[in-house]
Amino acid sequence: MELSQHWRLKQQRYSLVGEICPYCEGKIFPPRDICPDCGNEAKTTFQFNGKGEIYSFTTVRQAPAGHEENAPYTLALVRLEEGPMVAAQLTDLDDQAVEIGMPVEMVTRKLRSEGERGLLIYGYKFRPILKAA
Amino acid sequence: MSKKMNSTREIIILGVGMTPLGEHWDLSIRELALEAISAARAEAPQVRPEAFYVANMLAPALSRQSQLGALLADFVGLRGIEAMTVEAAGASGGAALRQAYLALKSGMIQSVLVVGAEKVTDRVGSEVDAALATMTDTDYEAIQGITPTAQAALLMRRYLHEYHAPQDALAGFSLNAHANGASNPLAMFQKAIRPEQYSKAPMVSDPINMFDASPIVDGAAAILLACRDTIPANHDHPLVKIAASAMSSTAVALHDQPDPLVISSAVSSVQKAFEQAKLSLEDIDLFELHDSFSIMAALSLEAAGFASKGEGWKLAADGAIALDGKIPICTFGGSKARGEAGGATGVMQVVEVVRQLQALAGKNQVSNAKIGMAQCLGGIGATAVTHILTHFKDH
Repeated sequence: MELSQHWRLKQQRYSLVGEICPYCEGKIFPPRDICPDCGNEAKTTFQFNGKGEIYSFTTVRQAPAGHEENAPYTLALVRLEEGPMVAAQLTDLDDQAVEIGMPVEMVTRKLRSEGERGLLIYGYKFRPILKAA
Repeated sequence: MSKKMNSTREIIILGVGMTPLGEHWDLSIRELALEAISAARAEAPQVRPEAFYVANMLAPALSRQSQLGALLADFVGLRGIEAMTVEAAGASGGAALRQAYLALKSGMIQSVLVVGAEKVTDRVGSEVDAALATMTDTDYEAIQGITPTAQAALLMRRYLHEYHAPQDALAGFSLNAHANGASNPLAMFQKAIRPEQYSKAPMVSDPINMFDASPIVDGAAAILLACRDTIPANHDHPLVKIAASAMSSTAVALHDQPDPLVISSAVSSVQKAFEQAKLSLEDIDLFELHDSFSIMAALSLEAAGFASKGEGWKLAADGAIALDGKIPICTFGGSKARGEAGGATGVMQVVEVVRQLQALAGKNQVSNAKIGMAQCLGGIGATAVTHILTHFKDH
C-alpha cells in the first residue's frame, strides 16, 4: 500500500535532502522547486546537516490509526541550523526532559509499520546531541 | 457598467437553521442536513434556491461518501439543482458561503442554499484522529504521527514560552465558551465550568488539556441567501446583509509558516473584509472566531488586530470576550461548548451571528449588536474565511 508515495520521498526521509534557492540563497526543506521567500525557481539540491534545536514539542497520547504502537510519543518542531523548520518525532530520550532550545540531531528510525505483511516505513527522527565531556 | 452593478448588488440572508450538536446515533448526514435545511427554508418558503453548496470535510474519509452536493440535494427535495461540495477542512463552511456570495454577486444566480454538515460519530478513536490528520501535510506531518491536536499543542507551548504567559493563561477561553454554552439549547455542553476544573483537567497533548480542546461531533447548519431583488414581499424575519466576504490561504504545514504564531491567512482575510465593508475593528460588536483549541482563539484575536502579538490571552483573562465585554466571542459556546462539527462549523458561526443581529439570541444576546464578524480556519489556519454581517433595511 502507498508504496510509491513513500518511495518518492526517500531522499528527504533518509537524508534530509532539500533545495537551495540560486537567487536568494534561502535553504528549503521540504523541497518545493519554487522558493517560498522570493518566488523564483529553486531546483538546486541541498544537503542539510541534520542538526538543529527544538522550537516546540508535545507528547501524543491518543495516536491516530497507524501510529498506535508508538504511543505515547514526543513530537517536535525542530529549527534546522540552516534555517528551515521540520516536524519530527524525538527518539532516544530515555529519561531526559525535553525543553525548547535543546540541541538535537537527525537519526533514521522506523516511523510506522502497516501490519505483519505491510510496509515498514523508515524516516528521520531527532535525538538529543550528547554534550561533550 | 456591469462591474458597477455587481459591486452594488446586495446579498441578503433570508433564512437560517441549525441542529443540536452531539452524538446523533439515530441520524445520518442526510437527515442532519435535512433538519437544518428545513428550518432555514421555512423562514422564506417562497424562495426556491437556484444553487446548493455543501460544506463538508470528513464524509469521504469517515462515511465513505463523496458527491454530497448531488446526494443531499436529491434527499432534501431539490433534485436537478446545481450542487457541489466545498472542502477547505475546518474552513469549509466559510468557503461554501464565500462561493454562494460570489455566485450571487456574479448575477447568474439569484438565490443559494448553503448547508454545512458532518457525521463524525459513526467511527471512533484512532480512525477519527487519522481522518482529521488528513488536514495536516500528509507527506511531512501526518507520517510523523502529527494530528491537529498535536499541531495546536506545539503552537500553545511555543506561545506560552515566547510570551512568558502563565500555564493557565488560556483558561479564560474555555470558561467563556462553557458559560455561553450553558444557555444555548443546541450546545453539546450546557454547563459552565469553574477555573479549578480547567487547571485540574487531564492532558490530551501537553500543554493542551481536555478543556483546551473542542469535542468533534455531529451537526448541521443551513443558510438561504438571495440578492436583494429576490426578497419576498411578505418576508417577516429581520434581514441581515453580508457586508464582506474574504478568503485567504497560507501553507498547510506548521513547519512551513514563516512565524507559526501569526496566522497570516487570518490577518489577510480580515484586512480584505474590512476594506470591502469599509469598516474597522471598533465597529465589530461580536466576533465568532475559530476556537477548535483555545490557542487558536488567542491567535485569531491577535491576527484580527483585537490584541497585539502575545497579548490575545489577556482579553480572555480580563473578561473582554464575555457577552458584555469589549469584544464578545463564541457567544453561543463556540466549538468548545456548542461543539465542533468540522466543515459545518463555519456555517454555524454565521447562523449565530445572524441570530445576534436579529436580536433573537435569547440569554446569549449581545446587547445592541449591529455588526458581527465570523471567521473559520482550516487546520492551523492554512485557509481563513472572514465574513462581516450587518443589519439590512429594505427600502
